[in-house]
Amino acid sequence: MKKKGLKEFKTFPQSTINEIQRAAKEGIYQIRGLGAKRKVPDFDDLVFLGASMSRYPLEGYREKCNTSVVLGDRFAKKPLKLDIPITIAGMSFGALGANAKDALGRGASSMGTSTTTGDGGMTKEERGSSKYLVYQLLPSRYGMNPDDLRKADAIEVVVGQGAKPGGGGMLLGQKINKRVAGMRTLPEGIDQRSACRHPDWTGPDDLEIKIQELREITNWEKPIYIKVGAARSYYDTALAVKAGADVVVLDGMQGGTAATQDVFIEHVGIPTLGALREAVDALKELNMHRKVQLIVSGGIRTGADVAKALAMGADAVSIGSAAMMALNCNADLYRKDYEKLGTEPGYCHHCHTGRCPVGVATQDPKLEKRLDPKEGGRQLKNYLTTLTLELQTLARANGKSDVRNLEPEDLVALTVEAAAMARVPLAGTNWIPGFKEKD
Amino acid sequence: MNFDLNKKKLTDINKYLQNIDRKSNVRKFKIENPSGHHAICAGLKDDIDVTINGHTGYYCAGMNQKASVTVNGNVGTGVAENMMSGKVFVKGNASQSAGATGHGGNLVIEGDASSRCGISMKGINIIVKGSVGHMSAFMAQKGNLIIFGDADEDLGDSIYEAKIFVKGKVKSLGADCVEKKMDEKSINELKKIFKELNISENPQNFKRYGSARKLYNFKIDNAGAY
Repeated sequence: MKKKGLKEFKTFPQSTINEIQRAAKEGIYQIRGLGAKRKVPDFDDLVFLGASMSRYPLEGYREKCNTSVVLGDRFAKKPLKLDIPITIAGMSFGALGANAKDALGRGASSMGTSTTTGDGGMTKEERGSSKYLVYQLLPSRYGMNPDDLRKADAIEVVVGQGAKPGGGGMLLGQKINKRVAGMRTLPEGIDQRSACRHPDWTGPDDLEIKIQELREITNWEKPIYIKVGAARSYYDTALAVKAGADVVVLDGMQGGTAATQDVFIEHVGIPTLGALREAVDALKELNMHRKVQLIVSGGIRTGADVAKALAMGADAVSIGSAAMMALNCNADLYRKDYEKLGTEPGYCHHCHTGRCPVGVATQDPKLEKRLDPKEGGRQLKNYLTTLTLELQTLARANGKSDVRNLEPEDLVALTVEAAAMARVPLAGTNWIPGFKEKD
Repeated sequence: MNFDLNKKKLTDINKYLQNIDRKSNVRKFKIENPSGHHAICAGLKDDIDVTINGHTGYYCAGMNQKASVTVNGNVGTGVAENMMSGKVFVKGNASQSAGATGHGGNLVIEGDASSRCGISMKGINIIVKGSVGHMSAFMAQKGNLIIFGDADEDLGDSIYEAKIFVKGKVKSLGADCVEKKMDEKSINELKKIFKELNISENPQNFKRYGSARKLYNFKIDNAGAY
């Protein structure tokens, strides 16, 4: 415990000193899971104005408020029709155990929404439990095969992810058991570091041709998503549209990962808030807003986050870390096992170790048993139900009968930074920093 | 049966070839005037024989299953990418990433193949009768890349369990790729592949390369290798 009168170095707080001394001892960067831990401007820095003299609210428990969304109707013959605009983000079998993938499928399906594969391919359990399954095409192409491509309901070409734009996947040897190794055509127990670039295309012109190939193989039925990490979001979104995407998935820096360097997670990419604004700008300038759908992810936790993302122009959101937390990630259970990892509930980011105390991010059969897929599916369903009810509550309060009718005009910012990033006025003013009305 | 890409849409041709009527005895097809179209014969999944007379664009025979595809011409980027099974013969040269990520089957290129030939291959056999460009077999996981000519810089960089055989010269090897003994098992493996593909070549004329397996688990002492 800190003694009275002691003054901590602001430049060198204890956590920084610990990290310097760990680096001095081990000579290697820190690898960890989940997303950025630093504070960045986020949806908490925005509030809704609600109804007033000039805006009429809807009755909270009587008047309907639509939450359904259609994704991928630009070119695909069979777009996805989801009941709620909250989808489950791509997380691999390998990073997560089979029970966790099963639970995600069960929870998502019961709410009429989609879940997503990850680096490592599609498992039978996942396909079986997922009503709508998005199949990722990643640089590694682990487990990629045309039969699974045809079984998918949509295809997501992963260019990058928010936790590490420019970085490939990583799965350390302790999680590469026989089944995971077999699916990835790799020896057991090796540190698997996926490629960061696709092997057979470079740049948006090539990607356009790649998408054509995917459509030819799947009879032009499946919606094609392009997922990008939040970096140059305006240009990335415009180029994704140019390449022929039906849907753009934009993942902000708060988005999670199974394992990567801490320095990558904390220092590369931009917050979801700023990236979303840029992406919507690009879609509007191309007259493609609502024609090419935008899914935003990275730090979505509550129905308020969902509502604010939609108000800023997203068509849907995607959740990864929060979905894991609904399955007990970081829950105050099995405390001794957290201690063995040198952490405690609320602080754990040890997905990379394979020793997940709650059985979500592990391939260890004993630990995996701690997650019952049925119970996990029920918990995820409850969580998604709560998010949806919160979303509808806010939409009705702003007088909207469809959650996608929420608009930037419904929002104000509580900080100058958030006002500038989201391009909504600072609360109580008409000031948007850095924005000038065109003549 | 003949198709003419000047007269019929690519999507219609691919759809026909992907959904062969099993009651029909027609198993041989020709495609005329490919004119560099992309994704010709992508996603075939039946035991059929297709000959393409002319040059093709990207991803010809992409993700092929079971079919035999012959291109009487050159091919663009990613020929037979992610092939699962079957055979693809290229009578001319191939652009970048030939046979990328292929899981199975045989890809035979009579001419040269450009850079990143066999990148991330996962079980396919790739035979290049000419030379290959730089970074070929990059991160190659499984299968055989057999090169009759020369290999450019950084052959087999970060290779896993794939095997590379080269008859000509290798400009340089990539990280963690080393020359290995041309043992009896490898000789027999090549003999089997050559026999299946009617190739007259003596396996003992080849040198073998593969992974030193030093980078399989990250060790700080190896950081300089990257």
